[in-house]
Amino acid sequence: MALLQIAEPGEATAPHQHRLAVGIDLGTTNSLVATVRSGLAVVLSDALGRPLLPSVVRYLPDGHSEVGYEAQAKQALDPRNTVVSVKRFMGRGLHDIEHHEGMPYLFDDAPGMLRLHTVAGLKSPVEVSAEILRTLRLRAEASLGGALLGAVITVPAYFDDAQRQATKDAARVAGLPVLRLLNEPTAAAIAYGLDNAAEGVYAVYDLGGGTFDISILKLARGIFEVLATGGDSALGGDDFDHRIFCWMLEAAELKPLSVEDSRMLLTRAREAKEYLTFHGVAPINARLNSGELVDLTLTTEIFAGITQTLVAKTMQPVKKALRDAGLSVSEVKGVVMVGGATRMPQVQRAVGDFFRQDPLNNLDPDKVVAIGAAKQANLLAGNGAAGDDWLLLDVIPLSLGLETMGGLVEKIIPRNATIPTARAQEFTTFRDGQTALAVHVVQGERELVSDCRSLARFELRGIPPLVAGAARIRVTFQVDADGLLAVTAREQASGVEASIVVKPSYGLSDDEIAGMLKDSLLHVKDDALQRALKESQVDAERLVEAVRAALASDGDLLGAEELARVDRDIASLQAAARGDNRRQIMLAMDDLEADTKDFAARRMDKSIRRAFAGRNINELDSETAVAHTGEPA
Amino acid sequence: MEFNADHFSLFELPATFRLDAALLDRRYLEMQSRVHPDRFASAGEAERRLSLQWATRVNEAYQTLRKPLPRARYLLQLAAHELGSENNALMPHDFLVEQMEWREAVGEARVAREHHELEHLHHRLQRDMLERYDEIAILLDDQHDLEQAADRVRRLMFLEKLLSEIDDAIAVSEE
Repeated sequence: MALLQIAEPGEATAPHQHRLAVGIDLGTTNSLVATVRSGLAVVLSDALGRPLLPSVVRYLPDGHSEVGYEAQAKQALDPRNTVVSVKRFMGRGLHDIEHHEGMPYLFDDAPGMLRLHTVAGLKSPVEVSAEILRTLRLRAEASLGGALLGAVITVPAYFDDAQRQATKDAARVAGLPVLRLLNEPTAAAIAYGLDNAAEGVYAVYDLGGGTFDISILKLARGIFEVLATGGDSALGGDDFDHRIFCWMLEAAELKPLSVEDSRMLLTRAREAKEYLTFHGVAPINARLNSGELVDLTLTTEIFAGITQTLVAKTMQPVKKALRDAGLSVSEVKGVVMVGGATRMPQVQRAVGDFFRQDPLNNLDPDKVVAIGAAKQANLLAGNGAAGDDWLLLDVIPLSLGLETMGGLVEKIIPRNATIPTARAQEFTTFRDGQTALAVHVVQGERELVSDCRSLARFELRGIPPLVAGAARIRVTFQVDADGLLAVTAREQASGVEASIVVKPSYGLSDDEIAGMLKDSLLHVKDDALQRALKESQVDAERLVEAVRAALASDGDLLGAEELARVDRDIASLQAAARGDNRRQIMLAMDDLEADTKDFAARRMDKSIRRAFAGRNINELDSETAVAHTGEPA
Repeated sequence: MEFNADHFSLFELPATFRLDAALLDRRYLEMQSRVHPDRFASAGEAERRLSLQWATRVNEAYQTLRKPLPRARYLLQLAAHELGSENNALMPHDFLVEQMEWREAVGEARVAREHHELEHLHHRLQRDMLERYDEIAILLDDQHDLEQAADRVRRLMFLEKLLSEIDDAIAVSEE
């Protein structure tokens, strides 16, 4: 009920306490957590003052795990149980992973999403990511001194439904409420745009450890609009390391290496890459297990030469995104650089040449996403200061489609449609007496089902037996503000409407997540029950506060009787929240929710009417605003 | 404001083909800044669901009105005028011949990866389409000739498809 955000400017809102909300950049190589403190976005460091948390998780025989630098340090010693770049595995099957033969892990090709055999048992990428998120959550709680209201977690704009769902599941396993999944480039623009009060069209070029994203954004009057996105979910800084690694094997004429040696040389490759950002020549020295010495010199020229195709590979999605947005290079006002890999001089140069301008890089490319996420979290939590408000209109990165006869795809929601969005499709039977219908939802741009990602398969059963073509089944595809799909189906021909909600097949079942939660709690000093109670109390407090604020501004929308009932609900909820019975708190919250449902609808109507009431003033203000025009698509 | 109002009423705009695009944009953004789920991120279940439905509704209306072809089709739909199927047999012979010539030109340029020729075709077609949309504006807004307007809309459905094929070919030629 946090309707206080929509209070009119100048209208006093009840003072409320600052809610603890964080932004998390769950990166391929490193992860960060940031928050807004006294109006300033800051990255929270660990006890040793280190802002980055390497996205590395090492599993131990006793079931415990190490996360971050500690795990990274043991990477070469225990590669099989030390999971790096787990983000590449999120929501992915084994066949989706390039070069997986060369990785030191024991994969299990589970349906939907792969699993990893570790010394602590079989682990899903969701669980590995949850370890990282939990570490960041504990860091934030220690630093901020309380339970978190929630987090904004960033994902590459190009992430499909399976990858987004996996990220959300990981947060759930880590005991972290998700306020919103936010696209990384958008987060970067929030970090840059508001600080620099920029208006116009911006490109965000994000080359991270394992993913490349390009986004075209329009910033105008506090509204961030994503015009187009594109990218490559299997291209990043790691590939540059890999090129150096391959060059080393060739230049030093090395025989096939052990897992430990490969890992060590990859680390040397990464160090050389980073060294070349500030130097013209990088020496590479290493001693292999066999005693053999590797002694090489990598120059900027060689490095640029062996990675030229990688840099060029990033430019194709850039051109495509510009075309999707209907824009030319000259219309782009600025280019924001994100991700540690954009520090490489050849990347800076290529981007500058393409856009014919120097890219923006005055914020730390490693921190910019977390900072933007923290600002968004602060806004969503309702902590935004007056006048410091913006709205994000995001798009779906990949088209959603249905399988039709002959294995072809019929698109139902096109790529780059602004979310939330929905589309209803009518189906009918093609045989007399047919009582079931199979529906297959896919995501991707290709024409053949086999070239797209399968999202969900389900069967509608219990269709009344009618002549072919007489049944009417209406299937609704709803994509929410996180870019996640929900499917509902209604059978209408019989007059009886049946509705089903379909969980996508790649996702984890609730039972699986519950199991992971239990497993993870066994090994963490984190009292689950105490924590759950505390969370419910915070939720209750939030709900009461929101209803009260709503009553203060719109109490006149309620009749005396309704008002009395709501007051009674508030009193019982507050009483329940003082006790330690979690179930009672939740029941009291349900009551209050139920009795304010109509009130919510009336407030929404009033708010929408108000949107137009003040428009004459707005229109005078914005005579010069440039926006989309009705040009032919 | 009614949830089930037509798209024009939703934005308090007259139901005409000629449209103040800047005004539509402004109304759209005003509406979204009221109903968007980000405004209700920490709200209760009921409000989050309402917000999702409203934001979805506002997006659908905006996407329909923003571009001329869906807008024209929507106006015909509001007037309960059958558009007829995308059936070649319904189209006049000379239009179909012209279409074949266009397709041949695009096909040749695509196979030869003639990037500039494709760009040229894109611009030529776009100019042609703009004129046709002007014609639709007269038919719908001034003459209220739904029959003729539907005929022009059917033609433009072919042309929009052709334009997206040219754009795809341009994308391929750049790779």
